[in-house]
Amino acid sequence: MIAPPPSGPVPWDKDFAQKLLFDMLRIRRMEEKCAELYGEQKIRGFLHLYIGEEACAVGALHALAPEDNIVATYREHGHALVRGVSMNAIMAEMFGKRAGCSHGRGGSMHLFDAQTRFFGGNAIVGGGLPLAVGFALADKLQSKQRVTACFFGEGAMAEGAFHESMNLAALWQLPALFCCENNQYAMGTALGRSEAQTDLCAKAASYAVPTLKADGMDIVAVHEAMKLAVRHVRDGLGPFFLELQTYRFRAHSMFDPELYRDKAEVEQWKQRGPLHTFSARLKAEGKLTEAEFLALGAQANAEVQASVDFAEAAEWEPVADLLKDVHTP
Amino acid sequence: MKMTYREAIRQAMHEALAADPRVFLMGEDVGKYGGTYACSKGFLEEFGPERIRDTPLSELGFVGAGIGAALGGMRPIVEVMTVNFSLLALDQIVNTAAALRHMSGGQFSVPLVLRMATGAGRQLAAQHSHSLENWYAHIPGIRVLAPATIADARGMLGPALADPDPVVIFEHAQLYNMEGELPDYWRCDIATAAVRREGTDISLITYGGSLPKTLAAAEQLAAEGITAEVIDLRVLRPLDTGTLAASIRKTHKAVVVDEGWRSGSLAAEVMARIVEDCFFELDAPVARVCSEEVPIPYARHMEEAALPQMPKIVAAAKGVLGK
Repeated sequence: MIAPPPSGPVPWDKDFAQKLLFDMLRIRRMEEKCAELYGEQKIRGFLHLYIGEEACAVGALHALAPEDNIVATYREHGHALVRGVSMNAIMAEMFGKRAGCSHGRGGSMHLFDAQTRFFGGNAIVGGGLPLAVGFALADKLQSKQRVTACFFGEGAMAEGAFHESMNLAALWQLPALFCCENNQYAMGTALGRSEAQTDLCAKAASYAVPTLKADGMDIVAVHEAMKLAVRHVRDGLGPFFLELQTYRFRAHSMFDPELYRDKAEVEQWKQRGPLHTFSARLKAEGKLTEAEFLALGAQANAEVQASVDFAEAAEWEPVADLLKDVHTP
Repeated sequence: MKMTYREAIRQAMHEALAADPRVFLMGEDVGKYGGTYACSKGFLEEFGPERIRDTPLSELGFVGAGIGAALGGMRPIVEVMTVNFSLLALDQIVNTAAALRHMSGGQFSVPLVLRMATGAGRQLAAQHSHSLENWYAHIPGIRVLAPATIADARGMLGPALADPDPVVIFEHAQLYNMEGELPDYWRCDIATAAVRREGTDISLITYGGSLPKTLAAAEQLAAEGITAEVIDLRVLRPLDTGTLAASIRKTHKAVVVDEGWRSGSLAAEVMARIVEDCFFELDAPVARVCSEEVPIPYARHMEEAALPQMPKIVAAAKGVLGK
């Protein structure tokens, strides 16, 4: 178990703090609705929920600039949403509608959005890391001040792609920020059952990449750590590795019976849930009233309902378009 | 102008690097070593280490980085030493480069050019002699080229770099030392097959390293009074079925020559297309000459026996002709 969040006041003004809380709420409510819609068979395929891990995406993405590149995984609904992809477009994508952010061709695991430089939605574990190296290389060659932030789970660190990417990024001193969301399980395999070296920062550090570890259940810790990481990369000091220790409260996907972990363990982590701990802190510090909290929740619920209505009403792509978008016309 | 296939590849890359600052070359030993097949000799000195980028032995990593760089606004030429090693990068090529445009709903194109050597014939045994062009030709989302002439070695890279989607170029290792005349007009498309020799009795359809052997077979057949038409596929995906059909309509008979193993080969695909499109034009069953179904052996006589050779092609053609 990692250490509880550091005490001390939240170092942000009320507006910013509430904004981040609201984004966590939006992800949570959207995904709770997704699980429901999955039961109704409105959403099909694989659906990997981020519930419990919201502080990671929200804290991290709010430290990035609009011109930065984001590369994410198949557990990316939250990242896409916080990055600025509309909930309507995300929901429509999960429904498989043409109005979806990948025009219904990708689904839950392949959310993409050119406008916000959101490059997936990569569902091969570790597959996004070499891509991120390439983005960072392109930026270095074109002298752009951009940061490429690559999100992946600790499971990806067993893949060769992690090691090759870390070496390339360090060798070429590229502006890449590797953000590992360590949720303790690669699908059903606990870190200690799959990795000889369970100190993830030590693995990254072996490639001469500077590292930092933060409590991924604490949005303050995540955001402040990410700010340091982003500054390092943007200042041209080369790649950075950030480990966020977190936990997913729900199953790996909707097909997972969760035979590999104790209910007590899940309950223990839920005590540290990012939403209720942060809202409690804000209330205690006078940065949030109960009425404001309820209003934020209602606003998130309304956005979710509107997105479901939008997705329901959206059109199916005609089958005549099947072969579209294999090649550039 | 007389030059080698290697020099033609070199000139094509030189032209691209000089013309477009977005173009850079990346791969194992492309820089200081000058390229495993010496195709980039002198480039490091001329274009510098940023654009002539030596990589570690990380095929998955640097091919994926090529894809990312292409998405990020560059026009990378990524050299994988041989098709055998490209298997280490297959995930990035198939699951990312080929799929990205489609799975993003058409938002992102990947203007990546991947070059790699392929094929057997140099006694390099079972891990350095694969001919797996067909695996790549199976994948929607990528274009697959096999330059087999000096002109194509010189001409295909330009349009490949101009293609907004991933292009894989297979250079048969036996061709690098081939010498020939570079015609004045060497600029070419990357869409059509080519008739390399006209004939009326039978169509010999091939590509890449098998083209010289097939042309030699046609010469041998000519000496025996048989005029064979030789088709060079050039583009392995998408296949130019129009040129194939036109030839079959003329000759009504065909032999497909392919260095890939017979089962599930590109030859099998070509035969299927002929049967689909030209069944009633055929006067005889279509035949093929492929590699024997064995990992390529080291011993010279065994390696030669495993590969398509001129006498086998001649025999197959005569078999189809009933001679």
